[in-house]
Amino acid sequence: MSGEVTIDGPVTEAGAKAVAGVSEQAVMERVARARRARARVREERLTMAHGAGGKATQSLVEAVFLEAFHNPQLAALDDAAALTVAGTRLAFTTDSYVVSPLFFPGGDIGELAVNGTVNDLAVSGARPLFLSAGFILEEGFGVADLTRIVTSMAAAAKAADVRIVAGDTKVVQRGQADGCYITTAGVGLRDRAHDLGVDRARPGDVVLVSGPVGDHGMTVLIARGDLDLQVDLRSDTASLHGATAALLDACGAGVRAMRDATRGGVATVLNEIARAAEVGIVVDEEAVPVRPGVRGAAELLGIDPLYVACEGRFVAVVAPDAADAALAALRGHPLGEQAAVIGRVDDDPAHLVLLRTRFGGTRIMDLLVGDPLPRIC
Amino acid sequence: MRFVDEFRDAEQARALAARIAARCEPGRTYKFMEVCGGHTHTIYQHGLEDYLPEQVELVHGPGCPVCVIPMGRVDDAIAIAQRPEVILTSFGDMMRVPGGDGSFLDAKAAGADIRMVYSPLDALKIARQHPDRQVVFMAIGFETTAPSTAVTVLRAKAEGLTNFSVFCNHVTILPAIKAILDSPDQRLDGFLGPGHVSTVIGCEPYRFIAEQYGKPLVVAGFEPLDILHSIDMLLAQLAEGRCEIENQYSRVVPWDGNPTALKVLGDVLELRPFFEWRGLGFISHSALRLTEAYADFDAERRFDVPGVRVADPQSCQCGEVLKGVLKPWECKVFGTACTPETPIGTCMVSPEGACAAYYNFGRFRRQRLLQVTAR
Amino acid sequence: MCLGIPGEVVEIMTDRPDLAQVDVSGVRRAINIGLFEPGEINEGDWVLIHVGFALSKIDEAEATAAMDFLKSLGDAYADELTALRSSTID
Repeated sequence: MSGEVTIDGPVTEAGAKAVAGVSEQAVMERVARARRARARVREERLTMAHGAGGKATQSLVEAVFLEAFHNPQLAALDDAAALTVAGTRLAFTTDSYVVSPLFFPGGDIGELAVNGTVNDLAVSGARPLFLSAGFILEEGFGVADLTRIVTSMAAAAKAADVRIVAGDTKVVQRGQADGCYITTAGVGLRDRAHDLGVDRARPGDVVLVSGPVGDHGMTVLIARGDLDLQVDLRSDTASLHGATAALLDACGAGVRAMRDATRGGVATVLNEIARAAEVGIVVDEEAVPVRPGVRGAAELLGIDPLYVACEGRFVAVVAPDAADAALAALRGHPLGEQAAVIGRVDDDPAHLVLLRTRFGGTRIMDLLVGDPLPRIC
Repeated sequence: MRFVDEFRDAEQARALAARIAARCEPGRTYKFMEVCGGHTHTIYQHGLEDYLPEQVELVHGPGCPVCVIPMGRVDDAIAIAQRPEVILTSFGDMMRVPGGDGSFLDAKAAGADIRMVYSPLDALKIARQHPDRQVVFMAIGFETTAPSTAVTVLRAKAEGLTNFSVFCNHVTILPAIKAILDSPDQRLDGFLGPGHVSTVIGCEPYRFIAEQYGKPLVVAGFEPLDILHSIDMLLAQLAEGRCEIENQYSRVVPWDGNPTALKVLGDVLELRPFFEWRGLGFISHSALRLTEAYADFDAERRFDVPGVRVADPQSCQCGEVLKGVLKPWECKVFGTACTPETPIGTCMVSPEGACAAYYNFGRFRRQRLLQVTAR
Repeated sequence: MCLGIPGEVVEIMTDRPDLAQVDVSGVRRAINIGLFEPGEINEGDWVLIHVGFALSKIDEAEATAAMDFLKSLGDAYADELTALRSSTID
């Protein structure tokens, strides 16, 4: 396609070099300062990005929720709040589930709702004990479907050795709640001597992941049927308590922190750690386990598996001398057979996660912007 | 993954890097423009600049079709989407591009039915599923993507769909390259040509770059080795005093392009007399619209679009970045007022935009390099 | 936006000759092959996939030639390094 080409537009050098005299180094420092600035929510209305688990979510949590509720237990922003009640050390957490579709290969919303909350307690080093479950159901939703979901929850609770002891049900008009939304809260006992926390990571520590990443998010995305992809994938939803307990039994205080890699994937978890502990993390791309089907689907869609949600995987940061024992403990557990060391903690660059590509180059792995995979969990 | 992994081999990359370094004349610097946003993305995603000697500088070009969409066109699309009967469908990259009054994502939050699709065929599917709604596909992309839009329109016609239309923002690559070549600020030594555009248009159309402007162009693939290999080929040309169009991506790009795709393109789409490119101003014969024969599927004719030209914000220097005159970090608002979450311009929004690539990927490496050289 | 992925054609749909099933690393998807003449794309061919369409047929001979060239560079480089490491200057 060719033709006469004429242009009319700003082409001046003067206009371009407006920052003459400012060095690249100075700009970097300015950018770093801007990143550390207080969180603000500039939008007037929420967008899907606010629910993605990335930057927008972080800003929302800090600028709106933390701002209003401010207290030290919440401010830690760990997966579960560490509480001490009349001398007893507890962990307390909550999560909501809005996954679409409700049923997918490897599980359903009910199983997610139980395992997700159990896992938040488990990675906090607590023994999960009791859950509550709140249901928001759409007028017209099938009772058979509800029963199926609830039966799943019972089975998941049994497998995780927790009891669902409180609940609530609301029905809303047709068109709302998209079938079924579930909120679970959970309480567990922190019966180990030492505490975990993402801010405890320190330079020299080793980063592990308990298994292949991206299974859940990719499964759900494909199960929606919009994409016409066929691949044999299943959600990895599972109760992680057995695996976390095995790790803690083997390494004790050598475990600094654990996080389950849900919305936003492993990359998001690592960014949270880097930020909280004010350290840098370097990840070895080749070391991260990804199933071929997940990798293929991700390439086709232009998505990075490191940002895709898991529901049965966790990241652990352990002291360097505990790394071998940690890996052995995880690999000895059925859910951790493909556990791997994926990186290490550095003191520089602080707050940043870097990826050493399989190619040998380095790039930054920042928090997600926007929402490539909505309603994944 | 076949045809992918083999072109990501680190050992071979080091070999190519050594060759590149050996070809550089001492004391001479080389400035090559990689036109395509996909190249920008690969370079940063794999940290390719670590493999290049200081003498070789890669400049990012305007080959990011999201980046060149002016704010007014985003507003037009939102105006269409705000009609209650309309479902606007768009590729994901467009969702956060700021218009004069917010992005698609903001409009969606305010109630417009805007849905992300991976293919124009997905939009067609939605049209079939919702006969009572008007489905509009926001078509963007260079000649790589335009044929797919064209085939989709043909299918819509064949199926007799009356509720499907296209808001066409396809642009063509050659006028943009010519604008760069004509720019007085440019001192480029050669080009990495757009690999996927070339699968459609072939390699011949670039001849004028070598013959009239005296710059070599190598049509480059998108894997790390493709890019390094292409740089090696450009340096070889310069060293040997040649100035030619070469095809590094021969496994995918036929020299004559895809005649079927060109024919389909020619049937369904035609060149507009002129079109506004963000940052580059109005360029004649640089964009596509539906032909008269397919007017029924043209969203601009089906719906009233405001068509207002919206000036870029004062602080936005996307134009200079798109022309390769400014590096991303040289823009006044880079990383402070303009970040991936709060983008002012398109270069920061699109994953292929130079600013986004630099902010997300390249920033640290440069930082390290600066610290090292500062010691 | 320039995203193009190589995939192997595993089936041409008989009822819809403008569609083909491709396999990308174990993932299957239907794509449109309307940018090619009938008979140009067959089972076993590799194509470049872009937004749900086959854009180009991958020329396996060219691909092999490219990979061989790159590999030879890699080998030459490795040989050079080996020679460098094993040589001594007295």
